Amino acid sequence: MNVELHMQGQAPYDVASLRRDFPILAREVHGRPLVYLDNAASAQKPSHVLEIMTAFMISEYANVHRGVHFLSGAATERYENARVRVQRFLSAAHSDEIVFTRGGTEAINLVSYSYLAPLIQRGDEIVLSVMEHHSNIVPWHFLRERQGAVLKWVEVSDLGELDPSDVADAITSKTKLVAITHMSNVLGTKTALRDIVRLAHAKGVPVLADGCQGAVHGIVDVQDLDVDFYALTGHKLYGPTGIGALYAKRAHLKTMRPFQGGGEMIREVTKANVTYADAPMRFEAGTPPIVEAVGLAAALDYLDGVGRERAAAHELALARLAAKRLKEMNGVRIIGEAADKGPIISFEAIGIHAHDLATILDREGVAVRGGHHCAQPLMERFGVAGTARASFALYNTREEVDALIAAVGEARRVFC
Amino acid sequence: MDQHLRELYQDIILDHSRHPRHFGPLAGANHVAEGHNPLCGDKVKIYLMVDANGRIADVSFEGKGCAISVASASLMAEMLKGRSIKEAEQLMGGFLHLVKGEDARTLGEDDRERLEVMAGVSAFPMRVKCATLAWHAMKAALEGERIARTE
Repeated sequence: MNVELHMQGQAPYDVASLRRDFPILAREVHGRPLVYLDNAASAQKPSHVLEIMTAFMISEYANVHRGVHFLSGAATERYENARVRVQRFLSAAHSDEIVFTRGGTEAINLVSYSYLAPLIQRGDEIVLSVMEHHSNIVPWHFLRERQGAVLKWVEVSDLGELDPSDVADAITSKTKLVAITHMSNVLGTKTALRDIVRLAHAKGVPVLADGCQGAVHGIVDVQDLDVDFYALTGHKLYGPTGIGALYAKRAHLKTMRPFQGGGEMIREVTKANVTYADAPMRFEAGTPPIVEAVGLAAALDYLDGVGRERAAAHELALARLAAKRLKEMNGVRIIGEAADKGPIISFEAIGIHAHDLATILDREGVAVRGGHHCAQPLMERFGVAGTARASFALYNTREEVDALIAAVGEARRVFC
Repeated sequence: MDQHLRELYQDIILDHSRHPRHFGPLAGANHVAEGHNPLCGDKVKIYLMVDANGRIADVSFEGKGCAISVASASLMAEMLKGRSIKEAEQLMGGFLHLVKGEDARTLGEDDRERLEVMAGVSAFPMRVKCATLAWHAMKAALEGERIARTE
C-alpha cells in the first residue's frame, strides 16, 4: 500500500499544492495567516496520514500479535508492514532491527537501559557532544548517577561544527559508547556521522545517533553509515505523536536485556520463571501504538512521495534565505553557521529575550520556538540563556520568510 | 502592533526591564530563595531583610529573564519595602488575580494603580508564569524555602 501521492521527477516543486495537503496551514492565528516555523519541535500532519489512521480504525483495527480472529490478523499485518516501511526508510538490512518506541526519547532510553547499563563499570566513559538534546544527555546522566559512568563532552567550534577527530580523541580504552546527534535541533549542524562511526569503530566503540532531526531532512542509510543505533521520532516526520523507532544492529539486539516487562515480550511465563521473545518483540512490552505505527508508515509514504531530497533542498534554500536576511538586520546574531546544515536557524536579537521575541512574532502569526530548546549545555557553550529558532518544513514558502523578517523587525521597533 | 502587545510591552515595563531597581545581592538578607522557570531556563533570586517586627526592611533581586519577569521583579521589589509579611502576601494575592485577568479588588487603590501596568499579561496565558516567577520566589523566601515552586 505504497501510495505515490506526489510524483517525483522533473516537475517543479509545487509548494502551493503541497500546502493543500496540510489543512492546518490554512488557519489564522491572532487574525493573521499562520506562519508555522516550529517544525523542529513538531511538524504538521498531511490529510493522508489522518485518513489512513482513521480508515484503519474504522475497518481493520484490533490488537496485534494476540488473536486468531480476522481483525487481529489484519491489524498485525498492518503493524508489521509499518515496521518494514521504517526498515526501508532507513535502508536497514532486516525489519527485525526496527523496534517501535513511544518516540526518540524512549528509543535512546532503551539503549541506555537494555544495552549500555549492563556493560558499565565505575569509571567507564560515554562520549557525547555539547550540542546534544537533553534526550541524548539525561539517559547517560542516569548511568553516571547510578553506576559511576563518566560523561566525556566533545566541544563544537564557534560556527557550531563538530570535528570527527575530536570525537576520536575523546575515546579511551574505557569508552563504551559514542552518542552523537545526526543534526543539531538548535544549530542545524549536520554531523559527519559516517566519519565518526568509522573512527569510533577503529577503536572498537559503537555509536548511537540521535536522528530525530537528521531523519527528517534527507536520505538516511544506516548500513552505509554503519551506525550501531539510530533513534527517530514520528511526529517530526509528519506522522502522529506517540510513535518512534530504534534501529539497532541484530548483533546488539541479541545481547540486550529486556526493557519493560509485560505482554507480548515473552516466550513463556511460569510461576517460577520467564523466558523472553526475540527482538524486536522483546523490547515492545504491552499493546504497542498500533494506529500510530500505521500513521507513521503513511507519513513516510507521503514524505517519499514528495521526495526526501527535493524536500530537503527546498527547506535548505528557505533557511539560507532567512539566515541571510536576518544577518542583514541590525542587532541580530545567528548562532550556528556550520557549512553543512539542515533547515534550522537559531538567532538572537540583541537586547530582546527569546520569549519576548517569540511572543511578538506570535502576534504576527509567526510560530517560532524561544528558549533553550532542551539543549542547556549548548546554551552555556554559546553564552546565551536561550535563542529564537525558526525551522523549516517541506510546506514553507518564501512569503513566510518575508513574514518572519517583518515580524523580527517589528520586535526590534518595540524594544530598541 | 496590536493593542494587546502594546499593553504588554508598555514603556514602564520596558524601562523596568532595562533598568531594574533593587538589582543585585543584598548584604544582611535573612530570607533568600530562587525561582526557576524550567520552560525557558530563567532564574531569579530574591533577597529579603525582615526586621524583628516582621517588616521587610530591605529587598533586592538578581537573575536573568525576559522583559516581563525582570520588570515584574523590579516592580515587586519597589513595592515590598516597609511592608509586613502579611501585607506582602496580600499584595501577591492581588497581583496573581490581576495577571490572570481576575478580580483584583483585594488590592488597595494605590497598589492597584502601580501594578496595573502588569495587567496586560492576562491576555498572554503562556506568559503569566514569567510575571509571577519573582513573586513565588518571594513567598518561598518568606516561608523559609530555598527554591520556589511555581503554582
